Amino acid sequence: MKGMKIVVCVKQIPDPATPGSLDSATNALKRDGKLILDDSDAYGVEMALQLATAAGGGEVSIVSMAPNNETSGMRTALAMGAVRGVLVSDPALAGSDALTTAKVLAAAVHKVGMPDLVIAATESTDGYTGTVPEQIAEVLGLPSVTFAKKVKVEGGVLKIDRQTEAGYDEVECPLPALVSVTAGVVEPRYPSFKGIMDAKKKEIVTVTAADLGVSPVGWSGAGQKVSSVTQAEARKAGQVIEDDGEAFNKIVAFLETLKVI
Amino acid sequence: MTLNNVWVFAQGSNGTITSFTAELLTKARSLTDNVSAFVAGDGSALADALGKYGAKKVYSTGDLGGRLVGVAAANAMKAMIDGGDKPDAILFPQNYDGRDTIARLSVKLGVTVLTNSIDIAVNGNEVVATTPIFGGNVLFATAFTGAGPHLASFRPKSFAAEEIGGGAAQVVAVSVPDGGATASAKVTATHVEETSGPKLDEANIVVSGGRGLGESQNFAMVEELAKLLHGAPGASRAIVDAGWVPYSYQVGQTGKVVKPSVYIAAGISGATQHMVGMKGSKNIIAINKDKEAPIFAVADLGIVGDVHKVLPKLIEALKARG
Repeated sequence: MKGMKIVVCVKQIPDPATPGSLDSATNALKRDGKLILDDSDAYGVEMALQLATAAGGGEVSIVSMAPNNETSGMRTALAMGAVRGVLVSDPALAGSDALTTAKVLAAAVHKVGMPDLVIAATESTDGYTGTVPEQIAEVLGLPSVTFAKKVKVEGGVLKIDRQTEAGYDEVECPLPALVSVTAGVVEPRYPSFKGIMDAKKKEIVTVTAADLGVSPVGWSGAGQKVSSVTQAEARKAGQVIEDDGEAFNKIVAFLETLKVI
Repeated sequence: MTLNNVWVFAQGSNGTITSFTAELLTKARSLTDNVSAFVAGDGSALADALGKYGAKKVYSTGDLGGRLVGVAAANAMKAMIDGGDKPDAILFPQNYDGRDTIARLSVKLGVTVLTNSIDIAVNGNEVVATTPIFGGNVLFATAFTGAGPHLASFRPKSFAAEEIGGGAAQVVAVSVPDGGATASAKVTATHVEETSGPKLDEANIVVSGGRGLGESQNFAMVEELAKLLHGAPGASRAIVDAGWVPYSYQVGQTGKVVKPSVYIAAGISGATQHMVGMKGSKNIIAINKDKEAPIFAVADLGIVGDVHKVLPKLIEALKARG
């Protein structure tokens, strides 16, 4: 096929290296600081760029839902080579459940224009509900292949190796379709200096849930509410020793007391 | 609020149900006497095994003929529910096909999903599912607020499976409505990756390696140690993402949950994402050169040292024992 239109759903998340915290009033995950592109999504963006190239051209766009008009993570994807983005940012979306999130992202995909392929990660690193990609596919009326560890397009048909408990399945799927990709499926490129500079000029259209016609959203639209938040019973740390060259003996002795050797 | 009718998304093959299915049936039984299993495939072959764990009925779609489970199972469930056979809750395993099915069904029914749960309970007039967050340090309980069926998925090993010794579940054949375009993906071949030794999520001893190993070929030390201990090798997400080992080795939030007698973490710092998958181990041994590494906070025995020095000596010492 000549040219392929691809939309990648990306999430902008708090830096996973910093400890997460909950908003004291709502118990929602705090996401009000600087956000970055979820590492898991770099694989989807790279996959999209490679598939577009293999198709002899095309266009990779991104959609994202984030608070406070946050675009820094989206700029990373644009610097990698995506051409434009749609951001849904709306205080009314706070507290939205996975189903509402999927409806919003599906509407954002329509806003870009229905593509040949929608790509997402299997789950986000911060919330990891793990259902949003498949829910988007259902809202859009698309077939989907989740947990893809290898993706190619031949004669307008997706050929995918899909992760299973025992190994993997080869799956064929006509386009248009949605694919969720596992981490490590491709090696994400680092944005070049030129890419970073170009990304600043690329268009990100910001819309609200109402602009997209999705309602109800947020806490009131969620079919769930926080019931309680408690500290789990902490596991106690045991003995920590510095290796003096003989620490392996401590491990052997410990395994002996456990009667596993 | 009571749950009077609970379904379990059940899996198995060759007449045997998965341990995950047995765990979910055991939990379902604690909620109600009226437990049914739903099998996307030939449920009649599993009727005996499902009955032993308390399923009274098994809904069986029969062979799916290469169709992907998610769309087919969700369409079948939706048709049953529209036809008046409506459960109060459906319990799903947090795995590939379980996730696909719960997601598709949630859109079809317009109801929320609670995933990654480790427990579900009726609490007064609410049905509440509990999820561990921040590496398991905090337990987050969420109540369903909308109409049922309540859809929840669970991490493996959240419940201890117990047989009840019931008779074979009654087999009820269910049809799979045409899914149109959504059902157009087809499985054309199935590959089973052969592994020697015990399975990662069933092994009594697990030896996992992380980025601290430095280079991919050093994972051989992890494999050798695992073999010497008759255990299974595992890995942190970092080295799976780096392509050192296949995804099936991954222990953690997005990988496998393991609860062995002994877990040895070699060169793993203990990121939240990893800890979720191994904190339930009975005994944890950690080797890491950074004494501030979070893994030491959960280790019964922590060695602050270089895995490149400690592992070879440990392997030699175990070999010397014969």
